[in-house]
Amino acid sequence: MSNTSIIEKTAVELSKSLISKELSATEIAQAYLDQIDRVDHQVHAFLHRDDEDFISQAKASDARRAEGKTLGPLDGIPVGIKDVISVKGQPLTAASKILKDYISPYDATVITKLKEAGAVIGGRLNLDEFAMGSSTENSAYGPTRNPWDFDRVPGGSSGGSSAAVAAREAPLTLGSDTGGSIRQPASLCGVVGVKPTYGMVSRYGLAAFASSLDQIGPLSQTVEDAALLLEIISGHDPLDSTSYPIKVPNYTSALETSLEPCTLGLPKEFFGDGMDDEVRKAIEQTIEFYKGLGHKIVEVSLPTTDLAVPVYYVIATAEASSNLARYDGIRYTSRSAASTNAIDVYAKSRGEGFGEEVKRRCILGTYGLSSGYYDAYYLKAQKTRTLIREDFSRVFKKVDVILTPTSPTPAFKFGEKSNDPISMYLSDIYNISTNLAGLPALSVPCGFTKGGLPIGMQLIGQAFEESSLLSIAHAYDREHRYGCKAPSI
Amino acid sequence: MSDSESTPMDIDYASNLARIELTEQEREKFQDQLGDVLKYFEKLKDVDVEGVEPTAHAFSRFNVWDQDVAKEPFSVNQSTQNAPQSRNDQIVVPKVLED
Amino acid sequence: MKFEAVIGLEVHVQLDTNSKMFTRVPCGFGHPPNSLTDAVILGLPGALPVMNREAIEKSIKVGLLLDCKIASTCKWDRKNYFYPDMPKNYQITQFDQPICEGGEVEIELPGDSPAVMGKHRMVKLTRIHLEEDVGKLTHFENDSLVDYNRAGSPLLEIVSEPDLYSPEEAFSFLTSLRNSLIYAGISSCDMEKGQLRCDANVSIRPVGTETLGTKVELKNLNTISGVKNGVEYEIKRQIKAIEEKEEIVQETRRWNPDQRYTIPMRSKEMAHDYRYFPEPDLMPVKIDQEWIDQIAKEIPEKPFEKQRRYMEEMNLPYSITSALCPDFQLCQYFEQVTALTQDPRKAGNWVVNDLLRELSHSNEESTPTPIEDSPLTPEHLAALIQLIEKGTVSNNVAKELFPEMFSSGKSALELVKEKGLEAQSDQGEIESICAQAIESDPDAAQKFKGGKEGAINALKGFVMKATRGQANPQVVDETLRQLLAQ
Repeated sequence: MSNTSIIEKTAVELSKSLISKELSATEIAQAYLDQIDRVDHQVHAFLHRDDEDFISQAKASDARRAEGKTLGPLDGIPVGIKDVISVKGQPLTAASKILKDYISPYDATVITKLKEAGAVIGGRLNLDEFAMGSSTENSAYGPTRNPWDFDRVPGGSSGGSSAAVAAREAPLTLGSDTGGSIRQPASLCGVVGVKPTYGMVSRYGLAAFASSLDQIGPLSQTVEDAALLLEIISGHDPLDSTSYPIKVPNYTSALETSLEPCTLGLPKEFFGDGMDDEVRKAIEQTIEFYKGLGHKIVEVSLPTTDLAVPVYYVIATAEASSNLARYDGIRYTSRSAASTNAIDVYAKSRGEGFGEEVKRRCILGTYGLSSGYYDAYYLKAQKTRTLIREDFSRVFKKVDVILTPTSPTPAFKFGEKSNDPISMYLSDIYNISTNLAGLPALSVPCGFTKGGLPIGMQLIGQAFEESSLLSIAHAYDREHRYGCKAPSI
Repeated sequence: MSDSESTPMDIDYASNLARIELTEQEREKFQDQLGDVLKYFEKLKDVDVEGVEPTAHAFSRFNVWDQDVAKEPFSVNQSTQNAPQSRNDQIVVPKVLED
Repeated sequence: MKFEAVIGLEVHVQLDTNSKMFTRVPCGFGHPPNSLTDAVILGLPGALPVMNREAIEKSIKVGLLLDCKIASTCKWDRKNYFYPDMPKNYQITQFDQPICEGGEVEIELPGDSPAVMGKHRMVKLTRIHLEEDVGKLTHFENDSLVDYNRAGSPLLEIVSEPDLYSPEEAFSFLTSLRNSLIYAGISSCDMEKGQLRCDANVSIRPVGTETLGTKVELKNLNTISGVKNGVEYEIKRQIKAIEEKEEIVQETRRWNPDQRYTIPMRSKEMAHDYRYFPEPDLMPVKIDQEWIDQIAKEIPEKPFEKQRRYMEEMNLPYSITSALCPDFQLCQYFEQVTALTQDPRKAGNWVVNDLLRELSHSNEESTPTPIEDSPLTPEHLAALIQLIEKGTVSNNVAKELFPEMFSSGKSALELVKEKGLEAQSDQGEIESICAQAIESDPDAAQKFKGGKEGAINALKGFVMKATRGQANPQVVDETLRQLLAQ
């Protein structure tokens, strides 16, 4: 089989090919390595690869299969890893200079689960430094390019994860989402991205950005593929006190059960100004499609939408400022050569090792927690957050799922937004309230602009209702499969 | 310092507290940029949160703990493998001045 | 102008658990450096804390022991500051909802003499909370080394109200607290191993006034005596400063135990803005009455309560109880002997006067043998006391035998038989020796017959000497009186 045919396959298709012995895991792995060699000098999704290890994992999978000891549907399938998730023996840079030499001595729980499932753990994928950003322009190791247009950003912070799938450098990747960092890049790159309910997927081994908002999730070509990966990585983890003790449903089989007619809500605050016309049109077509299937569409209101931005930034930066304090030049990070004593080793190492956006957010977060400001900022934000959650609870009494565009615009050009922090923040408005409320949400590609740029639609579900969320998404994705269209590079 | 509105951010205080040394350029740039972001934060001022509890955690749970059974620790090598400088299995830090 | 001191103490106690506070790496002292760590202890990217249930239970136990109010809900907060012994540069602690509030510690001030009980007073506590310990820094000429073995160990912080008024009271407070904690099996409280650490807040004010003066925090008080001495010095320093019209600066000062003074600590100069906020990675703790009641059953009798009981119910003198009560195991031993002999006074005397002596001298390493390792068991001591009662062995012989009983672990009876030391009770034998005694000292016999009781002692002495102390004293006494009555 040609490389192209291999890498065009979805993970589900690859899995079937492995079972039918049409393909071996080694062939699959090699096909992806060839593709990476072919395109990544332009895409720059990968920060680090251990090709030898990659192939040997694939070989081990083949050996298992030959002995009849296959570990499951994901056995032999490559999964790329956002460079914030710990893999033992692999670097973890978080796209920062401060961790440039760091090798992780342990596996994240999601990685342990992937290994137990026989997945082939792939290379380290680029991101905005410490997951702070929406364009991957904040990476200390150079940006990733959108495979649909190399002059444009892939989105962020999981830009490498989304670009790798779009560029067919991996069938599946893991990203992380704190304020849209899986969904927005998925939308901009024309792939599927899922942020689970907070607590569904263990955060143990995920370099923390905002502890109460972070979640790890899958990126893929199709909803089916995402469901497959999500099933494997979800589940209660005793090492993560915030992970929820709930039995993981079989998401894959949930997709096969026929969907009851449901009600989709359109929050009017998401459909106002600032939305690109072509995005609006694509969403309208999506709405029509769901109507055609017999589902009801209802207008709803989330009046606290506007408040989500300050609430998010106060809380996320506060938690980040504390979570990033450990990157200090002492135990495992780059230490400034200019430091002379134990006081300035911190300030100099962090000043040199952190990029601008990270520095901005740490300082902002520190300020928001500082004496005299805690009540007005952090505490007020956490209370307002409760109001945001209540908004969603109210809406979910009337609807099963909320439908919005994932991003108000398609991929923008490099440098277009990055010099204006407020503008960057605004593009988050569609995504951040879901993190604040801890709800599951996903992005499914739903069309292209005339210029050939992907457009994504977002579905937001009720807490722990990933099954219905995926089913509703699959109802659309099965018929359109926009994620299976690849850019020509 | 309870009236946060009219006082601009003391960037020197905040960056010192955050242990991040800024270049002069960064300092000026941040003063402006963060000043703009803070105006956004001021939106919170007018929100009525009378009787509203802060969201401490996404989902309310109590007593999430482990039994007191010791597990295998890292090897000494694992402990120090990423240290910029170590000696005698301990991590070297620049001189700490106590008094 | 006369001044009085007001002192508050902050005591940190390492809880004796198997694993650390927020990860299951073992706790320990004296291990090779950085051998008790993991991702959580080192604060590696992605590490997350998980509470240790036992540490919480032990904290509740301490709260009950010290009569605190146990919180029905308590939570965790981050205390943010940068220091090389802090792996995450924040410490997980309890800020506004600690596990215990209030409480008190009973202290005893020195009496007029060692045999007299001093005054007792209850010292109020503010709160008790749980947190994680930091690593250990060792300083060298040009740099410092960090060992994270201690980092993350569960630490209980016990804060007293500013309710101590002299260095002696501070000393008594720590001694009493320490004893209570050891009794309850919370910690071995060995200050040399850093299991118990203490900082003091010292201020002075004119006698008779209510307002507290500027307080100075003292650190590096590494022994209980060090606390007393450091506090004593600081009080004098502050008084002298005020007298010389100097202001007391609110600062942290370091006690130098060798040079015996306090100096300001530069590194602690800046008032810390700790930016406390609720720990998002940990869930709060709910403590119900059922759990509290279950733990309450394990609370032992407190040292001073035990002392009072010994004095009142067993009629033991203060000096014996003050030797026994600070040592929980010693009391266990004593109570076992008492149970077997029904004679607490004799048990008390033997334990305090003889057993303690043997325990302290016995080791080659010249450290005292712990009571648990005493080769002389409570059963053997009880048996010895009973042998004396019966008259099988005289008191003097018993005292002589004691060290050998200790070193050999043999019972008194065994040794007596081995050495042929049984008190002679052979009536005939004794009669003839008594007769000899009377013959040899007619003067004493005359005096006794004339009404002088004490004269019999010279005759007894003769008999004892003749029998090498082995004659049964009661029998000797009876026989002599019989003969003298003739």
